[in-house]
Amino acid sequence: MSGEPILSVEQLTMRFGGIVAVQELSFAAERKKITALIGPNGAGKTTVFNCITGFYKPSGGAIRLTHDDGRQIALERLNDFRIAKQAKVARTFQNIRLFPGMTALENLMVAQHNALMLASGFTFLGLIGVPTYRDAEKRAIALATDWLKRINLLDRADDAAGNLAYGDQRRLEIARAMCTEPALLCLDEPAAGLNARESAALSELLLSIRNELGTSILLIEHDMSVVMEISDHIVVMDHGVKIAQGTPREVRDDPKVIAAYLGTDEDEAVAVMESGS
Amino acid sequence: MDYFTQQLINGLVLGSIYGLIAIGYTMVYGIVGMINFAHGDIFMIGGFIALITFLILISLGLTAIPVILLVVLLVSMAITALYGWTIERIAYRPLRHSFRLAPMLSAIGMSFVLTNYSQIAQGARVKPIPPLITGGYTLHESADGFVIRLSNVQILVVITTIVLLAIFTWLVSRTRLGRDMRACEQDQTMAALLGVDVDRTISMTFVIGAALAAVAGLMYLLYYGLVDFFMGFVAGIKAFTAAVLGGIGSLPGAMLGGLAIGLIETFWSAYFSVEYKDVAAFSILIVVLIFMPTGLLGRPEVEKV
Amino acid sequence: MTATPHKTSNASRTAGIPFLLKTAFINAAIALVLFSLMVGIRTEAGSDGQLTYWTRFGDLAALVGAVFGGSIVIELLRQWIGPTGAEKLVPPAVQSGISFIGRYLAPALLIFTLLVPVIFYNQRYILDLAILVLTYVMLGWGLNVVVGLAGLLDLGYVAFYAVGAYSYGLLATSFGWSFWVCLPLAGILAAFWGVLLGFPVLRLRGDYLAIVTLAFGEIIRLVIINWQELTGGPNGVSGIPRPSFFGIPLDNSDDGLAAKLGIEYSPTHRIVFLFYLILALALLTNWVTIRLRRLPIGRAWEALREDEVACRALGINTTTTKLTAFATGAMFGGFAGAFFATRQGFISPESFTFQESALVLAIVVLGGMGSQLGVALAALTMIGGFELFRSLENYRMLVFGMAMVLIMIWRPRGIIGHRAPTVYLTKAQAISSDLVKEGHG
Repeated sequence: MSGEPILSVEQLTMRFGGIVAVQELSFAAERKKITALIGPNGAGKTTVFNCITGFYKPSGGAIRLTHDDGRQIALERLNDFRIAKQAKVARTFQNIRLFPGMTALENLMVAQHNALMLASGFTFLGLIGVPTYRDAEKRAIALATDWLKRINLLDRADDAAGNLAYGDQRRLEIARAMCTEPALLCLDEPAAGLNARESAALSELLLSIRNELGTSILLIEHDMSVVMEISDHIVVMDHGVKIAQGTPREVRDDPKVIAAYLGTDEDEAVAVMESGS
Repeated sequence: MDYFTQQLINGLVLGSIYGLIAIGYTMVYGIVGMINFAHGDIFMIGGFIALITFLILISLGLTAIPVILLVVLLVSMAITALYGWTIERIAYRPLRHSFRLAPMLSAIGMSFVLTNYSQIAQGARVKPIPPLITGGYTLHESADGFVIRLSNVQILVVITTIVLLAIFTWLVSRTRLGRDMRACEQDQTMAALLGVDVDRTISMTFVIGAALAAVAGLMYLLYYGLVDFFMGFVAGIKAFTAAVLGGIGSLPGAMLGGLAIGLIETFWSAYFSVEYKDVAAFSILIVVLIFMPTGLLGRPEVEKV
Repeated sequence: MTATPHKTSNASRTAGIPFLLKTAFINAAIALVLFSLMVGIRTEAGSDGQLTYWTRFGDLAALVGAVFGGSIVIELLRQWIGPTGAEKLVPPAVQSGISFIGRYLAPALLIFTLLVPVIFYNQRYILDLAILVLTYVMLGWGLNVVVGLAGLLDLGYVAFYAVGAYSYGLLATSFGWSFWVCLPLAGILAAFWGVLLGFPVLRLRGDYLAIVTLAFGEIIRLVIINWQELTGGPNGVSGIPRPSFFGIPLDNSDDGLAAKLGIEYSPTHRIVFLFYLILALALLTNWVTIRLRRLPIGRAWEALREDEVACRALGINTTTTKLTAFATGAMFGGFAGAFFATRQGFISPESFTFQESALVLAIVVLGGMGSQLGVALAALTMIGGFELFRSLENYRMLVFGMAMVLIMIWRPRGIIGHRAPTVYLTKAQAISSDLVKEGHG
């Protein structure tokens, strides 16, 4: 097994016209760990995500993904769908992007597109109904069912995704990303809009993904209770640069983080930071 | 060179007419987000009303050309505007917040209705009128006898277009109606909350668009000396092409696109082949959109992730 | 949101006769202005080229009167039915009934269709009409792949129909190739043009897509008109061979099918054969589409319609997904075109105008995007209805256009307003079309 971090971001810069959204940012995400990327609104977190997952082409810097077998992939050179397909990086979105008119099960089947496409002989074999494709489809349904069980939505499998409750949609989106069998799972504010109970369930789900499946997770999150509880490592950004990193405890006590992250009002800052402990 | 200049003049005149129609497409698109497929037919109706008004005025014994022109302009603008208003009310308003393809198909249906209405009401044959405005200027005469001419009709078309554009730009940027229109374009719900009468603003958009189309219809009538019930279709898709080429939703873009299409068509006819002028215009549209997916002046679409 | 109240309808619930009359008067006044010149005056070019005109105030008065009476009737109906108007004309119970019947309607319709040549053997007119309807069913199913499943708006679908028709027409008349060789070729050529159209529109959205597909359709038509050496220009291609029963001609000769079977020859044989041919082609289209929907490619099409960004995040190559949708839809259009050519024996650019594209698109949208049964019903309604109005002659397109507007207002999401899932664990539940996205096309 490779000792290298699964993801290493080096000197990443992203400019939009004259605005520098991310400036020479470097950090690493450890293998089989949960790394959180936090920072105030507008710090450039989602931009970093979009660079990693290929939705933006970085203006400069390097993003390396090292697979378990030591294979290295330069993510900044791949574009959109290839990052998910070849580099095995899956992501969710800040505002949920499910396929609302398709059932929960169908959503999870779409996620297995590339595997199924291969099994269907790029449609031609599937069209004439070869048994190997039917087996592959059965396996895909089994994987989807397994995930529906994990996220507690088995009984809603045949309901339209758009009809699910907000929290259920969040979990379904994570399950859908996991159905691509990723090496790295990137979650953009998965706890946004969840209540305390749902947040707790989410934490549990993410921990189980890390512990049982060994998937590395990179996470943007504002909900400090979730971040502090599950993260192994935290990177703090402000105004496009990294201002601190370390374990949850280290970050929470870092005066720079408190000052920058929560402005000048230190009492409030301390209060929020402590709510996570 | 002389030949080139002459074609340039012809192309700009044709482009002005396309531009006037294209503004109607782009305005409606900007505010309601739909392609008003019936707009080309509104232009055709405008041409017919202008023609009929001419006939009546002339048979009444009126001879003063400027008076005739002014009356025809006002009558055709007013009646055509009412057509625009009525169509929006009947065919589009009930579908305002519906599924997006529904108003488009409704518009295609409306376009069929208008084409056939005018065919039934006025017959299928081409309707010619004698040239009302004659004369012009010879700009330059070359040694081999080629003459560059600028006819009075051409001058009239270009001047009318410029004046209308000026009025229109003033309307959109300076008046309360213009402000309401721009507000509705950004966010209809918010505009309504802030006291903008969205229904009225949208109605006015259709009214103005139809009035401009009527002017284009009149100009077409004066320039080519004829109208027929089917002319709305071709002119409509050309103007729509112009609006998209310029960047749909952008008013200067519509005018620019109109001029571009007019010039492409004229030059292609002049230097290559008349038969393939439309093919050339459409092909250039496709090529431009490959490289600039939102047209020449359209706002680039930012993909929100 | 069709319930958006008409401004007047708020008041109309309480107001009585004075209000009614006022509305009717206003509407009649508007009608008077609208029709005054267009109907009240009739122009015509005389023999000397001079334009003359005469008045038709009688017609004008009749029209205005009709609008006056019509508004009273509509206003009364509106008060009677309630402010939501058209929406309520179809109560939910009926709507769910439709979906229930839907399960049995499709097989029943299929059986009936199979029996049409038996029932109407002696009614040539009905057989011809049935063939026409089936052609549009097939075109609708083909376009449905692009518009209904992948959510890509295509206003130039008729181009592929034309490519198919001309492929067969030209190959058959120039090289004497048989229908059965040309049919797959026509499909492949049309698919090739589909990909060709697909490339420039990959990055385009919505109305940009609409105009480019429309322009593409017009380009194909204009090239056909003007490339006279190849296509015969406006005169078209004539003498296109009729299809044979796998090599055996369907004619009155000694080698003909009738002679071989030892039965008396009748021209109806060929019509019946054509009927089953188009039925087979349409059913093939249907079968392939239904299967494709359950394959990863079909799910990717639908996912693309729902959310393209999410598709990319899941590793789906949206480029090839879009291109395959265009190619598949175009291929079916090409098959239908080849059939059209062999049925008519003559093709000309007049058959491939924008009106045809609009008609097929209307069938798809009216059918309820993505629903196979809905598209078949819509084709039957539109083409059948259009034939019913044949007696109206000039007024036919007028009525047709009005019907299009009214149908859209009545059911903006089409006859079949729900989507069937492609895979299920316990029970296939129909998904309301309110949730289904319409794609960015």
